[in-house]
This record gives sequence, structure tokens and C-alpha cells, in this order.
Amino acid sequence: MINKVVKNVAEALHGVENGMTFMLGGFGLCGIPENCISELVRLGITDLTCISNNAGVDDFGLGLLLQKRQIKKMISSYVGENDEFERQMLSGELEVDLIPQGTLAERCRATGAGIPAFYTPAGYGTEVAEGKETREFNGKMYVLEHAFNPQFAFVKAWKGDAAGNLIFKGTARNFNPMMAMAGKITVVEVEELVEAGELDPNQIHIPGIFVQRIFQGKDYEKRIEQRTVTPKS
Amino acid sequence: MALSKEQIAQRIAQELQDKWYVNLGIGIPTLVANYIPKGIDVEFQSENGLLGMGPFPIEGTEDADLINAGKQTVTILNGGSLFDSAMSFAMIRGQHVQLTVLGAMEVAQNGDIANWKIPGKMVKGMGGAMDLVASAENIIVAMMHTNKKGESKLLKKCSLPLTGVACVKKVVTNLAVLEIKNGAFHLLERAPGVSVEEIKNATEGTLIIEGEIAEMKF
Repeated sequence: MINKVVKNVAEALHGVENGMTFMLGGFGLCGIPENCISELVRLGITDLTCISNNAGVDDFGLGLLLQKRQIKKMISSYVGENDEFERQMLSGELEVDLIPQGTLAERCRATGAGIPAFYTPAGYGTEVAEGKETREFNGKMYVLEHAFNPQFAFVKAWKGDAAGNLIFKGTARNFNPMMAMAGKITVVEVEELVEAGELDPNQIHIPGIFVQRIFQGKDYEKRIEQRTVTPKS
Repeated sequence: MALSKEQIAQRIAQELQDKWYVNLGIGIPTLVANYIPKGIDVEFQSENGLLGMGPFPIEGTEDADLINAGKQTVTILNGGSLFDSAMSFAMIRGQHVQLTVLGAMEVAQNGDIANWKIPGKMVKGMGGAMDLVASAENIIVAMMHTNKKGESKLLKKCSLPLTGVACVKKVVTNLAVLEIKNGAFHLLERAPGVSVEEIKNATEGTLIIEGEIAEMKF
């Protein structure tokens, strides 16, 4: 067993620097690496490029890094729900690259899978395809999209073992598995860290080979953005 | 009478077919789930990684780790499954999802759709819409026939930045059901009490009217 455990978030983020490109898992506030984000805020590193489906809300998630103006560029598919984001984008302080969600997911997957680029139909004929190679296959047009090159990927899993094997819960899985595969250094925070052998190998979502560092997370808030319920009858 | 948003959803629900997997966008499309015809089994796909999406959870049982693409807390029905975003869009691009229902700001008579960006306004992003419209076998657009200024949203050509090209097959508005084929809107049904003339006046694109146009039935 190759042990991936580090003792805390500070050790997990060793080596992060100004100007780096990071991937951060999560969809909205669901499945975001809360501990890693807090530590990035504490470290105060700046000029970051962040690849993440969304950009958090004003006072949580990536919104915390935006507040401190640590992010230079966001690569996302949807960035509503965040006033500070809007202000920085409209003032030109923040560079934003909006890409279709499926393309974002596949670009993350391609990064970790050794695929430099791939064709997708998404965005053909729209401004997303401007300046990109296009090609016809079986009578339909496709756009060439490239893999990313992140230095770190920050991932949140539900359970993980010392070998870095991961299990996700519910829709908190989202972008986390592909990003785990994509990081040059993949840092995983988990709600429950267990010894190797305690997780059923049949149930592993992401094998430990993709993970460089894993640690027991703490103080999870797991905020809900839109609390929608059926009233008790 | 023009249809309410609920009635638009109710009319779209009549298009559902047995054993279809369906992706519903945010807004009116979400309401379609409330009107599944009897005897029809469908499963709803939420592109953040959920198949077999159920209704909102009973108060007190909501789970931060179980949301839909609109970030709302939801439930998962028996037979449902969970997966990552790459697999989710493999289902979508691979045409394993039979129907996509989404909203639009503009639709053109060749099937172009614009629903993600208004130049000069804050752009929030396209989310999964571009992947969905580029791949779905069947795309139904749910929208108001005209905008707040009373201008047609069914156009010869979209004026806003496109989400996808030549992809919309059917449009259900508060006034009518229309099919898009051969570069024109074909009027199929009108809302109860709405005249063909009203629909004509509210449609900027080429509108083909063949024979008697029946009223929608609910």
C-alpha cells in the first residue's frame, strides 16, 4: 500500500504558489473542497486561474477567494449567484472563460486520461467555437477542444482510505472524479478517512493511483443554495 | 386565453413517451415533471449527475449532497442512479437521453436557439445548454411567444448570440404549439380561445398554417 495521507490541510497544500492553475471540484456549493478553499484564502496566494464549474456565492466557496481578489481568471460553465464576481467581471479585474458544462467535464477527463484534445458537437456555430478547429464526422459538425494543464486539483470526497481510494456521495460527485484524475498533484479532503482495507474495492469510484495527498477534512458546512422542500402533510 | 406557465408545462408533458429519459431545464421545463401522463414511465436526468430524480424532499429530510442542476434539493427515486459530470454528458452527447426541454430567449425558423447571453448584460454562462441542444434527438422549447415589450421571440433569424444551430424541433408557447421544419414554423395547435390571427401577429418568422388549427386539449 502506498500511503497518501498527510496530517492536515496545510501539509496538503504544500507547494501552491502565486499564478498557478487549479481545478476545484463541486457543482454549486455541492461537493466543494471547503477545507482547501479556506486554506487558500489563509495563504493569500494570488493571480490564480481556477477551473471550476461554478464560482461559489458571495460569502462561500470560491466566492471567498474572489473577495480577497486572489483569482485572476475563472474557467467555468455558469457563474450566477455571485455579486462580487459580477462586479469584478464587469470592471475587467477578473478574466472569465465560459465553456459548455459537458465540454468542461470532458476537458477535465481528457486531462487525466492522456487525451490532448477531442471533438464535441457542443458550441458548434456559436461564439464558443470561434477560432477553434471544426470538422465534419458523419454529416455533423464538431469543435476541437483541448485538455487542461493544472498544477493542483482540489477534490472533496465522502470517504477515502489511506491509499487514496475514494467514494463520493449523492450529487457531490459531479466534477470531483475527473478533476482527481487531472491534477499533477491531486489533493483530496474527505469527510471520513479510513485505513486501507476498510473500503470495499468493488465500491471505489476513484482509485488511489490518481491521488497524491489525502487528509481528514473538518468543520463541513455543506451549505444548501436552494432549499426546496415538500411540506409535511 | 393564453396559457399559464403551468399549462405550457402540462402541454409539453403530453409529448412524453413511455421509457424516455428526459432532461428538464430550469424554469417552466421543471414543471413538466408535475404532469406526467398516466401509464407512462419516464426518468428525469439532471446533468449534475442524477438519473431518476424525484420530487423535493419532505421538509426536514433535505440533503446538501443531493441537488438538481438548478441547485435545488431533490430526492432520488427507486431505480435511480448517481454518476459524475463526464458520464452525465456522455449520456447527453451519446443520445441516451431522448428528450430535452428547455427555455429560450429566441428561436429562429431554422431551429437556431439563443438562451444564454444578452450583449451588454451580465453573462452567467451557458451551463449545460450548449451540450444539450447540440446532441438531443428531440428538443422542445418552452417559452412565452413574445417578450415583455410584446415583440416576437419566434424569429426569422436570432439576434442574440446562439446556444445551438438548427436543433429545435418543437416550440410550445403560451399561444401555440409549433413544429420547426423546412425552415419555417408550422402551426400545429393554438391555446384555447387564441385565434390563428393572434398567433400570426405574434410570430415574426415564417408561419405555415395548413387547414384547420385545433385548440390544445388538456
